[in-house]
Amino acid sequence: MSERQIQLEVLRYNPETDSEPRLQTYSVPCLNEWVVLDALNYVKDNLDTTLSYRWSCHMAVCGSCGMMINGEPKLACKAFIREYADQIRVEPLANFPIERDLVTAVEDFIAKLASVKPYLIPKEDKPIEAGEFKQTPTELKKYKQYTLCINCMLCYAACPQYGLVPEFLGPAAIALAHRYNQDSRDGGRDQRQEVIASHEGVWECSFVGACSEVCPKHVDPAGALQQVKIASTIDWYKEHLMPWVKK
Amino acid sequence: MGEEMSSKPYIREISKTNWFYGQPRYMRYMAREVTCIFIFAYTFLLIWALRALANGPEAYQAFLAALNSPLGILFNLAVLVGVVYHSISWFSLTPQAMPLQRGEEFVPGNLIIGAHYGGWAVVSLIVLFLGV
Ligand code: SF4
Ligand code: FES
Repeated sequence: MSERQIQLEVLRYNPETDSEPRLQTYSVPCLNEWVVLDALNYVKDNLDTTLSYRWSCHMAVCGSCGMMINGEPKLACKAFIREYADQIRVEPLANFPIERDLVTAVEDFIAKLASVKPYLIPKEDKPIEAGEFKQTPTELKKYKQYTLCINCMLCYAACPQYGLVPEFLGPAAIALAHRYNQDSRDGGRDQRQEVIASHEGVWECSFVGACSEVCPKHVDPAGALQQVKIASTIDWYKEHLMPWVKK
Repeated sequence: MGEEMSSKPYIREISKTNWFYGQPRYMRYMAREVTCIFIFAYTFLLIWALRALANGPEAYQAFLAALNSPLGILFNLAVLVGVVYHSISWFSLTPQAMPLQRGEEFVPGNLIIGAHYGGWAVVSLIVLFLGV
């Protein structure tokens, strides 16, 4: 097992004592198969118990270990040390307020996510005895990719538009709304449109595309947003030029 | 939303004017957006051409001469480069915005991009035929 000494620079912030964040460097003996999260755990266990960061699954599923690694939004549990030089800088996710060390305040994202009603709103109510809502593989394929989102918020950290205009609903929330809109069993599109087709919704997006480049689950939120724009534009034309056509 | 852990989360300010600077990903986006200026500039050239045409043969000849000057050629070359970059960068994004599902599979992105180049070629040929 090969070991390498890594200088891990971590942005620290203690709201009780610090007026602004500062960098602290830890020298960490890293194994070849380690990810950045392992290095942080090493620090926490052996060098500095006060270091705060979030994680849970260590397998790119829970979405809680998102942070900036050398300036890029990454999952710390998916960022292999061997792909980096001897010095690695770790900072809290960009575009979010820093709560403490690598922990960010995520209330804004949670509220936005809830606002798009990211759950199935069935077209018609059916008693349980009537059986399940069926779906063909083709119908499933239509939205499958958007179900892979793990709410890690890397896309928000990559999105300059979210950084500049904090009201923007942002990539993952709209991609999830799109996921349910695309679902053959769902009838909630009109309710979601009010939120996602608004100015703070898709129209704040200028298609930088950074969200899709950093998404660890290949959700392609940028694609979802452009599709919502196109669908909303078609809605508008139907409503204003062909009011007799039902949506 | 839940109890905040700290009373003063730290907010990192972003520069409103040069946020894209030095970030290759954002710089590429800016290049795609900024090259639309070339299209804008070329429309002015077309308006100028129409005006020259309306002002009679002499004015039109003067316009043609200006076009053939080194400056005119340089302008056209710059516009060509800008417009080609703009178009290519947008075409490459089309599969994301307009995915096509056939049965259980999505049509490969390259086919969608290719169709756009095909359309571009057809329109260019029509313009060429109208011109000669
Ligand atoms: S869309 Fe991708 S980057 Fe954004 S929250 Fe979901 S998984 Fe993370
Ligand atoms: S720890 Fe769960 S995604 Fe990284």
